[in-house]
Amino acid sequence: MAGAHRHLLLHTDSPLHRIAPEAKIVGTFLFAVGVALTPRRAVWAFAIDAVVVLSLLAIAGYRPRQALTRFAAVLPFVAFAVFIPFIAGGDKTDLFGLSLSTEGLWASWNVIAKSVLGTGASLILAGTTPISEVVRGLGRLRMPPIVVSIVAFMFRYLDLIVEEMGRMRVAMTARGHDPRWLWQAKPIASAAGAMFVRSYERGERVHSAMLARGFSGTMPQMEHEPASPTDWARSLTPPVVSISLALVALIIL
Amino acid sequence: MLLALHAPDGFLSAPVAFATAFISVVIVGAALRQSGRELKDKQVPLAGIAAAFIFAAQMFNFPVASGTTGHLLGGALAAILLGPATGALVVTIVVVVQALLFADGGLSALGYNVLNMAIVTSFGGYAVFLLARKLMPRNAGGIVGAAGLAAAASVVLSAMAFSVEWLFGATAPIDFDNVFTAMVGVHLLIGVGEGLISALAIGAVLASRPDLVYGVRDLKRSTFADRTPVPMRTFVAGGILAAVVMATVVSQFAVDSPDGLETVAEDTGFADQATDHALDSSIFADYATTGVANESVSLAIAGFSGGAISLAVGYGLFLTMGPRRRSESRETATV
Amino acid sequence: MHSTANSLTVTDLSFAYPNGHEVLDGLSLSVHSGERVALLGPNGAGKTTFALHLNGVLELQRGSINVNDIPLNEENLGEIRRRVGMVFQNADDQLFMPSVREDVAFGPANLGLDKAQQAERVAEALAAVDASDFAERTPHHLSGGEKRRVAIATVLAMHPDLLVLDEPTSGLDPAGRRELTNLLKSLPLTQLIITHDLPLALELCPRSVIISGGRVVADGPTEELLSDTQLLAQHRLELPYGFSPVVAGPAT
Repeated sequence: MAGAHRHLLLHTDSPLHRIAPEAKIVGTFLFAVGVALTPRRAVWAFAIDAVVVLSLLAIAGYRPRQALTRFAAVLPFVAFAVFIPFIAGGDKTDLFGLSLSTEGLWASWNVIAKSVLGTGASLILAGTTPISEVVRGLGRLRMPPIVVSIVAFMFRYLDLIVEEMGRMRVAMTARGHDPRWLWQAKPIASAAGAMFVRSYERGERVHSAMLARGFSGTMPQMEHEPASPTDWARSLTPPVVSISLALVALIIL
Repeated sequence: MLLALHAPDGFLSAPVAFATAFISVVIVGAALRQSGRELKDKQVPLAGIAAAFIFAAQMFNFPVASGTTGHLLGGALAAILLGPATGALVVTIVVVVQALLFADGGLSALGYNVLNMAIVTSFGGYAVFLLARKLMPRNAGGIVGAAGLAAAASVVLSAMAFSVEWLFGATAPIDFDNVFTAMVGVHLLIGVGEGLISALAIGAVLASRPDLVYGVRDLKRSTFADRTPVPMRTFVAGGILAAVVMATVVSQFAVDSPDGLETVAEDTGFADQATDHALDSSIFADYATTGVANESVSLAIAGFSGGAISLAVGYGLFLTMGPRRRSESRETATV
Repeated sequence: MHSTANSLTVTDLSFAYPNGHEVLDGLSLSVHSGERVALLGPNGAGKTTFALHLNGVLELQRGSINVNDIPLNEENLGEIRRRVGMVFQNADDQLFMPSVREDVAFGPANLGLDKAQQAERVAEALAAVDASDFAERTPHHLSGGEKRRVAIATVLAMHPDLLVLDEPTSGLDPAGRRELTNLLKSLPLTQLIITHDLPLALELCPRSVIISGGRVVADGPTEELLSDTQLLAQHRLELPYGFSPVVAGPAT
């Protein structure tokens, strides 16, 4: 199973762990938007953003190796960016004996720089915020209650489903199933269907359990300390930096 | 395969990111309202668990060829099982959470990722499902086949949507023609896998709990008793054959010997119009159009893709939102 | 300790699933206030279906249910659900909130209690099952025994009059089972324990009821029922190898 989706929380304590989740979610999102708005040629702006991300990763309590492994997990998503210089047109630049598209190189740099910074931001959020806090944060951000409930249920049952799928996979392997081609995928697909039925029936049992405790259609709002002005100020600092850099770069470039 | 799915930050230009984000918010908002009406309190935990299922299904590898593996997108599957509105909502939640907490796909790319992976696949896939069902026999085999076609088509529609977005928001000098050919070509093959797995998954659900499949709520239970199994090899061979044929047709459009579509475009006067506002018009990304061999053909393909996607998604939206309103007004009338 | 008041009275309860399969067929049963009763029966006897009726999760088709002299009907549904605490067979189905604290607060919140009262109920319920330490944990990361205890806390927080437990020991290791039986002994509540764990019935419940084919087929002191090998065999119930109800002794 994909290890990339393991729970990413760092079980330590840091000033970042103590910031209210809604502030961190907004901060993370806006930071990524600021980075995305930065023109690709403003290398210095990305460098400053990178300093911000690295400092926050350190404050969050990531060890360098830990951070690197987690960055590596998203490599497949930017792999395509590496090919852009080879297939793009326009002027060519000679690099390491290869004739590459200049614009393609910039495009590739653009995707890689922005993705790495965005990934860093999401690692900081994921590393310092337990899932239950994320769910509460979404609630505080006035997300529609249905959405918050769906997210909460999703996280509650994700690991169970993944583990169950893993057990089914093991059971298949134990009986010699080692599919190599698409037309051998039937057992897996049927297992996925069976998994849906099981998940759904679990949903029905959960609903019974909820009714049994007086559920009347709306999830109760759980108590939660709202984010303090300090939390907001701290969370909004990185996006203020990334957005200001983007604006400065847009003006001077 | 990773092209249209989980696109990273900076892949498309900022204006396209904002525009797609706007469209996604509007459509997901509508899906949310619809879903709120459809989901009785009972179905909130069910939708949450379905979200966990889709999330998990995206981690569940299946073999493609000689040991390489792919994974499910699940948009069409979710739409057929839960209805397009709830399906789109659930897949959107999965995509957003993956970006926020697992860095799968960029946060600033959420606009187009949600549009391509959740909205186009759910609504578009569901529209294809209903159309395909009309052409298929009214039994379990027909439904499974329609589900497979819909899931395969949803992936291709998703790839087409990405190509059209590239036309407007390219960030590298790669022509629309090449992006389109590559994206659609690759996703035709991926679509075979998606279609196959989705079809079999729907088949497994129909066999044990047909009442859980939204897409067949109008059919009687006895309909599913008639199960004529389709041999796997036939299924795969048929799928690949169809994909290859389509890929050939698509590549014919994209190389500089334009036939079918251009003729259509010229006949309908679309080509003239298209060339009038021309590629030099600023709404198209310079990068995507620098090397375009034949402007009218490219625009025709783009227009055709955009039209096909809008039609499918629009039909899906209409099917979900339309009839419900009628029944609601009937309810209010009786009160 | 037994008062004469009936905590639970079920009269002539019948239920059939939509496909026509009849699960309950005229089941009648009463439980006195403060009593601990075991409900025994083979798989498919209708035990769980019966339990789902007790707080109105399944709709009443025929017969009646009274909890502390309040009839189960549409109007009293909320009050009945407060009074009857259901502990489900699979704790993972019961613990659905992101953290233990929120899960235990779910019931009190549905009762409309304010935040302070909710916190009080949570603290008290978790203390009762000796789970105060994992209030902030995710249910997923608890052991089987811990999950079961928290599941009990989620209903204790609603201050029920009657606790209904469906197979409370399934899947527990011997130590977890021991902790659970001690916990159930310590709770001063009317309890209906649905199980096919016969030694558990003997240890906890002076009285047992055997249901089979959707109706009550035996009702009496647990030790007597468990000594009747013919009765047990008739209803697919079996004592563990070498277990003697006489030697083990009745519930205290």
